[in-house]
Amino acid sequence: MNPSASTSSRLLRGLHRTVTGLHPALESLLAAAIGLLIGALLMHIWGFNPWKAYWALLRGAYGGSYEWASTLSRATPLILTALTFSVCVRAGMFNIGAEGQMLIGAMAAICVTYFKMPPGIHLLVGLFFALVAGAAWSIVPALLKITRGVSEVISTIMFNWIGRWLALYIAIYVIVDPQRAEKTLTVPVTARFPILVRGTDFSYAFFLSVFVALVLYFILWHTTMGYEVRASGLNPTAARYGGIRNKRTMIWSFLLGGMAAGLAGATIVMGMPPSYAAFGGGAFPELTNIGFDGMAVAMVGRNHPIGILVAAVLFGGLNAGGRVMQFYGSNPVPLEMVRIVMGAIVLAMSIPELIRLFPALRDQGENLIRRLRRKDGPSKEGSA
Amino acid sequence: MSWSDVVSLLRIALHAMVPITLTAVGEIVSETAGLFNIGLEGILLISAFAGALGARIGGPWMGFLVGAGVGAAIGLVFAVINTYWKGTQMVTGIGINLFAMGFVAFGLIQLGAPGFHAVARTAQLAKWRTPMGAMSPVIVVALILPFLVHWFMKRTRAGLILKAAGEMPEAADVAGINVNVTRLLAATFGGMLAGVAGAYMSIAWIGSVTKDLSAGRGFIALATVVFSGLNPILALVGGFIFGFFQGLAEWVKTLPSKPIPFQFVSMLPYIVTLLVVSGAIGRVRFPKALGEPYKRE
Repeated sequence: MNPSASTSSRLLRGLHRTVTGLHPALESLLAAAIGLLIGALLMHIWGFNPWKAYWALLRGAYGGSYEWASTLSRATPLILTALTFSVCVRAGMFNIGAEGQMLIGAMAAICVTYFKMPPGIHLLVGLFFALVAGAAWSIVPALLKITRGVSEVISTIMFNWIGRWLALYIAIYVIVDPQRAEKTLTVPVTARFPILVRGTDFSYAFFLSVFVALVLYFILWHTTMGYEVRASGLNPTAARYGGIRNKRTMIWSFLLGGMAAGLAGATIVMGMPPSYAAFGGGAFPELTNIGFDGMAVAMVGRNHPIGILVAAVLFGGLNAGGRVMQFYGSNPVPLEMVRIVMGAIVLAMSIPELIRLFPALRDQGENLIRRLRRKDGPSKEGSA
Repeated sequence: MSWSDVVSLLRIALHAMVPITLTAVGEIVSETAGLFNIGLEGILLISAFAGALGARIGGPWMGFLVGAGVGAAIGLVFAVINTYWKGTQMVTGIGINLFAMGFVAFGLIQLGAPGFHAVARTAQLAKWRTPMGAMSPVIVVALILPFLVHWFMKRTRAGLILKAAGEMPEAADVAGINVNVTRLLAATFGGMLAGVAGAYMSIAWIGSVTKDLSAGRGFIALATVVFSGLNPILALVGGFIFGFFQGLAEWVKTLPSKPIPFQFVSMLPYIVTLLVVSGAIGRVRFPKALGEPYKRE
């Protein structure tokens, strides 16, 4: 065997390993492409020019430093709510409650306005409030699941609605701005995240999100608890035989998720200029759907903290670019198109082995044609 | 609380029962065959919108037809992904819900008024005048359908095939039953009933479409399925309980004295759902293969 052949075969093997390693990333990309295509199709049907719209979206999302700042600031809360979903998926559960936990966390963070504290500490106390509130709102579904066996899908959705109404009550009657009844108190300067890029809404809150993602990565892959969470997610029965207490891992994953969701609420009310408040009168325009969009981010990011960081830049870009797209001259496509695209992406993500789907479909089509040919009776042609 | 209050409360409760019962009965059929569709919320929303559009073009019956068709189509997409393509049912459902939220909000903007579309009086399904006040004819459908489905599931061969596909797909396959087609049909039927329920909300009950028209009813229907233990007749009872508390919430909101802030009243249906479901679990047994794609070895 000559040395060059072995080198090339080693290279080939290396390439193969890289490609199979990239496989999930490629599937996420393919799903994103499918979602964008479905969006384009719908825009075409509704009479818009999809290519112009996507061009506006792309430029609005990644066209320059201002646009990047806007994209990353939209990505900030999405990273956190995506982590909420993915920690529970790693533990084998579907926590759809990020929306409610985030709202309660945001309300708790606003409560920090009642105190007077030095700058940095004020911010930290606000974050702590949000953390505790988010965790508190997530613990009840976890306990219901453990003690009564209630499906977390149903209980977290119910808690979303209960949390929404509770947050509306708090925003309208408790922490309301005495001068302006439609909004809550404004978070004071001492408790705000400093703006990172002047003239944009990109604040230091982004680093909090990245930090939380890294911490969760560390917890999940480098601690015993994280190992137990992942093990009981992969196979609860085997995990129990291995001495892992599944109930404890369930509670932990819900608590960690709730904390992240609570922080997501805090990054919006404490890090999003110009209002630094929640608008109960308008049913929380800034705080709505962050939890649901986060689920899409989590799935595209393959429920991995690092994947989520990348996916959040994609979805933050969709949101930021969507804002540009909706005012784009002759072809204004409403922002809601972005959520249609997200839904389509998630639908595509739910198909495992997406990449293999197209060859499989082609094979099935060829089979069908072959079978039709074999019958080749003219009487069959009409019915086929 | 006077007699007329009781009657009006009952009337609202019966109206609120319809979408939950219809959706739950459809989902019972689907879950019996082994498909767990959490996209019902999205189906309700989209078909409410599509039904309103259909009613604008061809009157209320056209609206119901369009709603049922759209619901069935989404149910079919869900079923294809989760039978032939071995998808993850939860994720598909979440995708449907996200898609529906965007689609309906987008469609409402295209209709002119962002966030709100009133269905014209002529496009709405006329209500019957009864001693209890105006009642929608669809209530009768919701009262009869669970019994029909119960009979179908317990007394027909097709019902048994349905159960086999959800309980033990391997055995069903060996017995010559096409598991995937069975599941496909069941989920499409479930989607169609959710579609009818959605169309009912926009053109026969509330008379308008908003972005949050479904208001968690799809998930309450899922809770009803849990409560019923896959028995359609119990789904009728469960639908009435949840409908009653929604009716109660609506009724308390209209009281002039405002005894409780309406935010707390609005929580009531969701809290009751949680309480009922946590009480119901334990005696309920679900199909063995629920949520699992069937792969032939």
